[in-house]
Amino acid sequence: MNPTLGHLLQQEIPLTWYLLLSAVLFCLGVLGFLIKRNLITVFMSIELMLNAVNLSFVTFAHQWHEVKGQIFVFFVMMVAAAEAAVGLAIIIAVFRARATLAVDRIDLMKL
Amino acid sequence: MTGSLHLWLIPLLPFAGFLINGLLGRRLPKALVTAVALLASLGSFGVVLINVFSMLGSIHMPASLPVVETFGTWINTGALHIDFSFVLDQLSIIMLLVVTGVGFLIHIYSVGYMAHEEGYWRFFAYMNLFMFFMTVLVLAGNALLMFVGWEGVGLASYLLIGFYFQRTSAADAGKKAFIVNRIGDFGFLIGLFLLLANFGTLTFSEISAKLAANPAWTGGVLTAIALCLLLGAAGKSAQLPLYVWLPDAMEGPTPVSALIHAATMVTAGVYMIARTHTLFDRSPFALGVVAIVGAATALFAATIGLVQNDIKRVLAYSTISQLGYMFLGCGVAAYSAAIFHLMTHAFFKALLFLAAGSVIHAMGGEQDLRKMGGLRNKIPITFWTMTAAVLAIAGFFPFAGFFSKDAILYEAFQHGGSGKVLWFVGVVTALLTSFYMFRLWYLAFTGESRSHDVRPHESPWSMLGPLSLLALLSVVGGWIGIDRFGSFLAPVLGEVGNSATAPGGKQLDIMLSIIAVAVALIGWFIADRLYRQKPDSPARIAAALPTGYSVLVHKYYVDEIYAMTIVRPLLFMSKYFLEWVVDVGLLGGAAWMLAGSATLSGAILQRWQSGNLRSYAAWLAVGAAALLVFVFVPWSTVLANFGIHLGMAGQ
Amino acid sequence: MHLILFIVFAGLCLTGAINLLLQTHPINSALSLIVVMTSLAVLYLLLGAEFLAAAQVIVYAGAIMVLFTFVVMLLNAGREERTLGSRVARILGFPAVTAILAVMATVILRSEDLGVAGLRDRITTTQDLSAVLFTKLLLPFEVTSVLILIAILGSVALARQGDGKTRVNIGRTAGK
Repeated sequence: MNPTLGHLLQQEIPLTWYLLLSAVLFCLGVLGFLIKRNLITVFMSIELMLNAVNLSFVTFAHQWHEVKGQIFVFFVMMVAAAEAAVGLAIIIAVFRARATLAVDRIDLMKL
Repeated sequence: MTGSLHLWLIPLLPFAGFLINGLLGRRLPKALVTAVALLASLGSFGVVLINVFSMLGSIHMPASLPVVETFGTWINTGALHIDFSFVLDQLSIIMLLVVTGVGFLIHIYSVGYMAHEEGYWRFFAYMNLFMFFMTVLVLAGNALLMFVGWEGVGLASYLLIGFYFQRTSAADAGKKAFIVNRIGDFGFLIGLFLLLANFGTLTFSEISAKLAANPAWTGGVLTAIALCLLLGAAGKSAQLPLYVWLPDAMEGPTPVSALIHAATMVTAGVYMIARTHTLFDRSPFALGVVAIVGAATALFAATIGLVQNDIKRVLAYSTISQLGYMFLGCGVAAYSAAIFHLMTHAFFKALLFLAAGSVIHAMGGEQDLRKMGGLRNKIPITFWTMTAAVLAIAGFFPFAGFFSKDAILYEAFQHGGSGKVLWFVGVVTALLTSFYMFRLWYLAFTGESRSHDVRPHESPWSMLGPLSLLALLSVVGGWIGIDRFGSFLAPVLGEVGNSATAPGGKQLDIMLSIIAVAVALIGWFIADRLYRQKPDSPARIAAALPTGYSVLVHKYYVDEIYAMTIVRPLLFMSKYFLEWVVDVGLLGGAAWMLAGSATLSGAILQRWQSGNLRSYAAWLAVGAAALLVFVFVPWSTVLANFGIHLGMAGQ
Repeated sequence: MHLILFIVFAGLCLTGAINLLLQTHPINSALSLIVVMTSLAVLYLLLGAEFLAAAQVIVYAGAIMVLFTFVVMLLNAGREERTLGSRVARILGFPAVTAILAVMATVILRSEDLGVAGLRDRITTTQDLSAVLFTKLLLPFEVTSVLILIAILGSVALARQGDGKTRVNIGRTAGK
């Protein structure tokens, strides 16, 4: 085997970095939730947070050499898919009733 | 005599009558209301009679009394255990016979008297309610159940005094009766608490048993209890200084005055003292107070009765005076004599009131004696029954009042040195009683009619029937004699001094009786002189003694004195302190502050619930941050750096 | 190699996330999110989760984000309006986010050695995953399918034109 390639293949990085990336992504998601003014973008921020959490799941699964962490991610994806479907349907309904997607205008807590 | 006596039927039948008439009476036909009310009281009377006769038929009668029937536990908290228990003994038999018997007669009378009144059903519902509470009071086996009846009759009395509630005076009189009775009830209640604290029980039999077990226990706290109970009795039985409500209570319909304010309820105080006499026996001081209160009330009320012109008010003061006699009897430890007088008084005073009601009925509602006169031939039956009652109350042999009053006076005379004074007061009162009763009799029935636009007419038989029966009882009611009566009650009230066995007792008894009758005759003679032979003389006497007369007419200004010393300051306090400072200032201010703080915090917190999604998210983030900080910051280390050590930090 | 791949895709990921925040048009944000998700799929692969990497691309970047862009276009969502926003979100939210990040970073950095990841690490195959998923966790798996079915029904019910009546209620919000 090519020693350079072998060296490259043997290069390893600490899992801490992945976790840090996950934390930063999560906080960006929260931040997005707080500053975005469009309902759809706010919803995307939620997806971002979910993905950040998924990353940390996968990282820990790697750390413990455990399959269950990945299965958790699998379930989160399923739930996220269902949530996205329902959430977007709600957004459509809200838009139909209010004719706006601005979060600050949708503060009656009803359709 | 086997099995249950079904004592619960006695109060519950009138209560059923009250429920039926009270809830449905407005829609029921009058005849049905009448039937329900009469059947309820008759049923109650019937149960009493059946029980009495079944016991008279029993050989073991004295041994089988008292009968205690318990219908379940009422209160059971640690040291306090109170049952729904009824006691039938000699004392309650007498009271029950009087209450249900006279009560039933007055129910019949009311059918005629109230025939044309508004709220006929209401009247009978209240009357049945009264019968219910009164029988509970009499039958109660413990002081708390008695208190229930006690308060209940007060309620019924209030409702019936204020029966004509459209009339301000009637409504006020009801309130006055209720409030004055509250003062007495307060005393009663304190007495109950003291009893509970010192005896640990409120059951009469257990109290007596404990007292019997501790013969050395006298005075002290027992005096306090007895005086508290006396306050209660004085309120209910219209004794000094709480008598003021009874004359005003005459605002109620006349049958009510007869039943509640003459025959039964007002005697509850006497009954209560007799019921708790073991307590009073241990406190000579309290007994002395009872005697003095009784004697003073008897004399005091009799003097006021001299000058009253309202026929019912004369009788009201007479009732107070006669109740004073009963208290006097209790005060000299002659409980049997007091109960004896209670019974005969129930007969003749109920009769007096009912006859007065008949007179008022005949006069078309007129109550002023000065406008009556010459009624003797117009309403003969009323006249003759009234005469029997007047003779009975004045104490002429052989009418009922003679025997009972004589018994009390004899016992008083025998009661040591102070007893002579009490006896003298009693005799003077008897003189006054005789005088004002014959005054009433002359003013109402003799001479010329002083009112020309009235056509007096005799009352219907539903009224005259009870009158006649009560007249009969007023004549023969005393013939049983104090000796037999006393020995009947002896198991409950203790042996009574027997005049026949006491040294020189018989001669003394006869001598005292002669004095009493003589005094009554003097009273009659004076009344005869003043109101028959020289009808203008009372006015002249009144003019000659303006001060004395006006003091009497104004009832010693007691109402005015109470108004000045108690009512006005209370009103003043209520108005300026309680209303402005406490109500408006403290309570109102507190309420405003509470409301204001709620509004304010609402206004602040409302901004929190803005509905804005992003602010919710921000709060959520704050919460998450707080949670993370709380969980992951090693607080014990951080605090240790500041010199603070938590419980676990040292380990 | 691993380091380079991580740096490239982590950088893409962060750039996409930040771009998501900075873009004012929803469609741009959606496309940024797709970038984030695709890079995450690569990171999953680096961590040896091959099935999840595929699923990430198919489910997230594919299905879900298509749904998002579809809705954005359906509703014809334009640029964000300049609304007043929430002061609470600014005053409290930002410090809170900073605090969360600080605490999490501190915890992660101060934690004991979590181990390392390299390209030679064992890869969790689809077979490994499904062995667990279809034996031990069969019931949750099937329940998930029910959940998705319910979600489908729910979204149809919500997004449907209710009773044929349009409830465009502009006046209520336009007045604000």
